[in-house]
Amino acid sequence: MRKQIAILFVMLSLAAAAGALSSSRWKQIPAKDHARANPLAGDSEATAAGAVVYREHCQQCHKANGQGDGHKRPSLSSQRIRGVSDGDIEWFLRQGDLGHGMPSWSSLPQAQRWQLVAFLRSIQ
Amino acid sequence: MILKRIEILHRAGICLAFSLAILIAPAGRAQDKPYFVTYSHDLEEQGNLEIETKSALAQPDGGGRFGATAMELEYGTRAWWTTELYLDGQATGSDSTVFTGWRLENRLRPLMRDHAVNPVFYVEYENTSGADKTILEFVGHDGQSDLAASNAQLRREHQHEAELKLILSSNLHDWNISENFITEKDLSHAPWEFGYAVGATHPLRGAASSRECTVCAERFIVGFEGYGGLGDTFSLTMRNTSDYLAPLIGWQLPRGVRFSFSPGFGLTSTSLARVYRVGVAYEFDQVGSKIGDWLHGSHGGGR
Repeated sequence: MRKQIAILFVMLSLAAAAGALSSSRWKQIPAKDHARANPLAGDSEATAAGAVVYREHCQQCHKANGQGDGHKRPSLSSQRIRGVSDGDIEWFLRQGDLGHGMPSWSSLPQAQRWQLVAFLRSIQ
Repeated sequence: MILKRIEILHRAGICLAFSLAILIAPAGRAQDKPYFVTYSHDLEEQGNLEIETKSALAQPDGGGRFGATAMELEYGTRAWWTTELYLDGQATGSDSTVFTGWRLENRLRPLMRDHAVNPVFYVEYENTSGADKTILEFVGHDGQSDLAASNAQLRREHQHEAELKLILSSNLHDWNISENFITEKDLSHAPWEFGYAVGATHPLRGAASSRECTVCAERFIVGFEGYGGLGDTFSLTMRNTSDYLAPLIGWQLPRGVRFSFSPGFGLTSTSLARVYRVGVAYEFDQVGSKIGDWLHGSHGGGR
């Protein structure tokens, strides 16, 4: 019994340590992802579909127009976001930032991630 | 015969009424895969609370038809750590309706980046009676004979079990492919038991529609899962184990409700011939933040 409790404790500690080690995501984006272009850029249908995806998955934290809460949920129309490539944003959506509360959206189909990028560009 | 069916329907109705009560809550969101036994590396978003009922309907040889429901309260403690509480119960035809116990589980994602294969550690403590028929996993030599006795007999057995799973999961070209390795140990006696679950899902359509829709292809996810026992430390063999193959379908409604359905087919004589599973899920957004705001006296957040 003690051995089993010790195993549980070690597993919880390892996961907590891994969470604390997360650092800034934007600095980690591979060059090939940075260089990727949005295949749906400029497509008004894709932007409208991205707005639907945004309302369903993102609005709860980042607010209706992407302004965030000024604290833990950052603005999605900030100077920083405007300065990154479409590929950077798609990579960030796919990876998330688990250490800072942003989930990974790799579970969304890739087409929906690009639709989301098209929408985010439209509100910047 | 008819009276028996009415009795079962009545008990199923109680389960359904409870599920509908969940649907009448404020809008939220849910996005998990429609697996019933297999876990993927999707975790609950930080601060969100999902309430889900997973029901299993089956009839073992020599036993009564039963409907068992696990009510699951799943909370995103961190983006990499999900905690769940299960409350289990079941109704058996011509027998009784009983609460069968509770389970507490934690899922922890040790790697902060998305990889080709993503591991998740799963740790669970179960405090259930032998009458638990939710069959959310099969381990060791679990079989339909374990489910055939009367509730009165089954409830005499108490299970205090620890369960560990290694979840490996990949998202590739809109497919999710997940493999789970399961080990379970009764804390008072009995050997370590082993099991497995594998599954794959794919949305019917990847791109979203430009208008919000309820019955459209991107709202449906289809797939299958296979699961079963792998014996125990006394008898590490697949003889006399239960194995199932089950197609899956999930329907994600716009207002945060998810329905899932899976008919499972037993592949061995130890297995139940068929298991029908139904799931209803509803997600409450940012419950943690709202409670935090309320505790700090800020009621105007409106997140």
